[in-house]
Amino acid sequence: MASLMLSLGSTSLLPREINKDKLKLGTSASNPFLKAKVLSFLLKPSRFEGITMAPPDPILGVSEAFKADTNGMKLNLGVGAYRTEELQPYVLNVVKKAENLMLERGDNKEYLPIEGLAAFNKATAELLFGAGHPVIKEQRVATIQGLSGTGSLRLAAALIERYFPGAKVVISSPTWGNHKNIFNDAKVPWSEYRYYDPKTIGLDFEGMIADIKEAPEGSFILLHGCAHNPTGIDPTPEQWVKIADVIQEKNHIPFFDVAYQGFASGSLDEDAASVRLFAERGMEFFVAQSYSKNLGLYAERIGAINVVCSSADAATRVKSQLKRIARPMYSNPPVHGARIVANVVGDVTMFSEWKAEMEMMAGRIKTVRQELYDSLVSKDKSGKDWSFILKQIGMFSFTGLNKAQSDNMTDKWHVYMTKDGRISLAGLSLAKCEYLADAIIDSYHNVS
Amino acid sequence: MNSILSSVLPAPEDPVLSVIFACRDDPSPVKLNLSAGTYRTEEGKPLVLDVVRRAEQQLANDLSRDKEYLPLNGLPEFNKLSTKLILGDDSPALKENRVVTTQCLSGTGSLRVGAEFLATHNKESVIFVPNPTWGNHPRIFTLAGLSVQYFRYYDPKSRGLDFKGMLEDLGAAPPGAIVVLQACAHNPTGVDPTFEQWEKIRRLVRSKSLLPFFDSAYQGFASGSLDADAQAVRMFVADGGECLIAQSYAKNMGLYGERIGSLTIVCTSEDVAKKVENQVLLVVRPMYLTPPIHGASIVATILKNSDMYNDWTIELKGMADRIISMRQQLYAALEARGTPGDWSHIIKHIGMFTFTGLSEEQVRLMAKEYHIYMTYDGRISMASLSSKTVPQLADAIHAVVTRIA
Repeated sequence: MASLMLSLGSTSLLPREINKDKLKLGTSASNPFLKAKVLSFLLKPSRFEGITMAPPDPILGVSEAFKADTNGMKLNLGVGAYRTEELQPYVLNVVKKAENLMLERGDNKEYLPIEGLAAFNKATAELLFGAGHPVIKEQRVATIQGLSGTGSLRLAAALIERYFPGAKVVISSPTWGNHKNIFNDAKVPWSEYRYYDPKTIGLDFEGMIADIKEAPEGSFILLHGCAHNPTGIDPTPEQWVKIADVIQEKNHIPFFDVAYQGFASGSLDEDAASVRLFAERGMEFFVAQSYSKNLGLYAERIGAINVVCSSADAATRVKSQLKRIARPMYSNPPVHGARIVANVVGDVTMFSEWKAEMEMMAGRIKTVRQELYDSLVSKDKSGKDWSFILKQIGMFSFTGLNKAQSDNMTDKWHVYMTKDGRISLAGLSLAKCEYLADAIIDSYHNVS
Repeated sequence: MNSILSSVLPAPEDPVLSVIFACRDDPSPVKLNLSAGTYRTEEGKPLVLDVVRRAEQQLANDLSRDKEYLPLNGLPEFNKLSTKLILGDDSPALKENRVVTTQCLSGTGSLRVGAEFLATHNKESVIFVPNPTWGNHPRIFTLAGLSVQYFRYYDPKSRGLDFKGMLEDLGAAPPGAIVVLQACAHNPTGVDPTFEQWEKIRRLVRSKSLLPFFDSAYQGFASGSLDADAQAVRMFVADGGECLIAQSYAKNMGLYGERIGSLTIVCTSEDVAKKVENQVLLVVRPMYLTPPIHGASIVATILKNSDMYNDWTIELKGMADRIISMRQQLYAALEARGTPGDWSHIIKHIGMFTFTGLSEEQVRLMAKEYHIYMTYDGRISMASLSSKTVPQLADAIHAVVTRIA
């Protein structure tokens, strides 16, 4: 190495005159010395040589395969984003209105505080709990703007890892694929509670209660507030009461993932019922929110983590610790999506318009469920009970098809879905329901 | 009720924020906040660039746009343009397809994603940062799982670069260690290596197989020239070796709150680049899944349109020139007052910040009696000064320097 330094001596590898406007560093072709140096690096093994390719993301793979398919009947039911009847992406009118308003006002682009836009934080907590709710009045909720659902879950996971060392998160079997990645990366141990019953294509309620009971005291129980992803199966109100009972009994901490408030039933209040039930109990719990689906703000990455505490003082301290986690991750959150939400919720007219558009989106999905069910019932003469399609709620449905049957859906019918039998109703149009019904009936009866 | 959250302790307060809050709470009508790192106009107001507003209007008028999730590594068009901006259009590394770029959340996000990638895949987990460096650097790297050490950088006696100390400390670093190098406009000191010094640093870094991780938060904002401010980075990339680069558009495009930046990893081959890209996605997915679209769209719109790009370079130079003018005015004001000491470092330093050389005691007095706020290390933001406030600052510096030696 020393000889290398000596041989370079005072020879500069770069032109001595630096033209400020057009900096040319000299190509290897023109400077043989530089060429030798560059070659020596290219021949040296990379420090990253040993890196392996990670397994492909299962959901992204579905979209890619769909794109590559040239068949005219193809249908993409893997997509986790709302589509219109014409199967196009949808930007809410009220969002365009809010963005135009923001442009007219000429808002500045200064850094938000680490905890995010104050108007957004206030609006999001009020949407979740209801404006006059005691937890808000008593200032017991620590709310931090987060990067949509994922980012909010990650902040909470980091808080759990730091302040509840050894505590476990118990997640539903199955659950959204990224939940495990988030807790793994945050180094929070997790286990599963039974949830989906393939025999009934419904909820394994007894299994769920038993597994929650068995979890070590003080575990974090991850619950989907509404429109369970991937199954579409939600507990009934009565079942939620029993879930709250067992969680309280075991001093567990509920951890809600609320990605579909207003998008599931069409009503913001109805979809928040499970969360509010727990708030009524006076429990301490976590809620991650996302505005990706209900305001169609997927790419803006806007959500929040809320921690309901037993006192205002505890909430202040928890908020300070959440900020401490956010600062070395991204310093402060992006302003654009937060302003859109704050503007929409803060204006009476826009808020009504939003509710109407949300009802429209939820309504389209319900209509499509009904149409699919009707098609299945009229075409399937076996007497199989397809009513689970109507009982399920939200963007997704577990069809009950196994992997081989799901493969048949794709290979024979060009219907793209995930291998666990999940279809996205958001990607289904009324016009395609009959075709889909044919595909499902064929796959269910003729493939094992 | 059993409360487990009650035992959570309050987090210690961020030192920069505590200064900002103290200033906020000061009732004096002449108070001056020189602590925050955001550009202000001559009138003391935040600035949104004209070209940014034009880009936003253009985006709003384009009814074909939607808000669908970006790919995990961000807006492809933005990534290409951002890499070209820092490496130069004709960079061989780009031509050879051995560059991986990932849109991230401004500088912080790019540093954090890069650090997490390195913590998993780099054999050596020690990362060297300059002493002093931006306050958030050590936290970012520590939380990512790296072990932070310092190399000498600032020499308080000369108020310049401790070049000998820097080379000694880097020379003693374990092979394969990561070295954070601020590409230009060093924060907090304002002290940058000269071109010749960069060349010596490059040779040492390469000879010791250290891995450079550039933090480029001020390209174009330091000297007024995008190319000049990228010299150090391009010098390293030109020798064909590996490096990481974190870019931010917070200052040079005034997009602070939009959180737009990128992480570039220059590899030695296309094959390695593919594997690296694939693994970087695994860092991003459980952190926030995909990055936000708005800032990326603004940057891409401006960079790809030659008229907008030119207009941007003019506005950018305007900001850099105003800061340089503030430096000259402050220096002249101190000279005119015969303030004891050598103040030439103010015009030798570059970028948004300068280490005044004031002691903590002097800094506290500045706040208490003169209502001028800066961080306790004596750093001031030149971007927060105006022709009107320079005399006030010069008077205060003169006063505290003569009152406290």
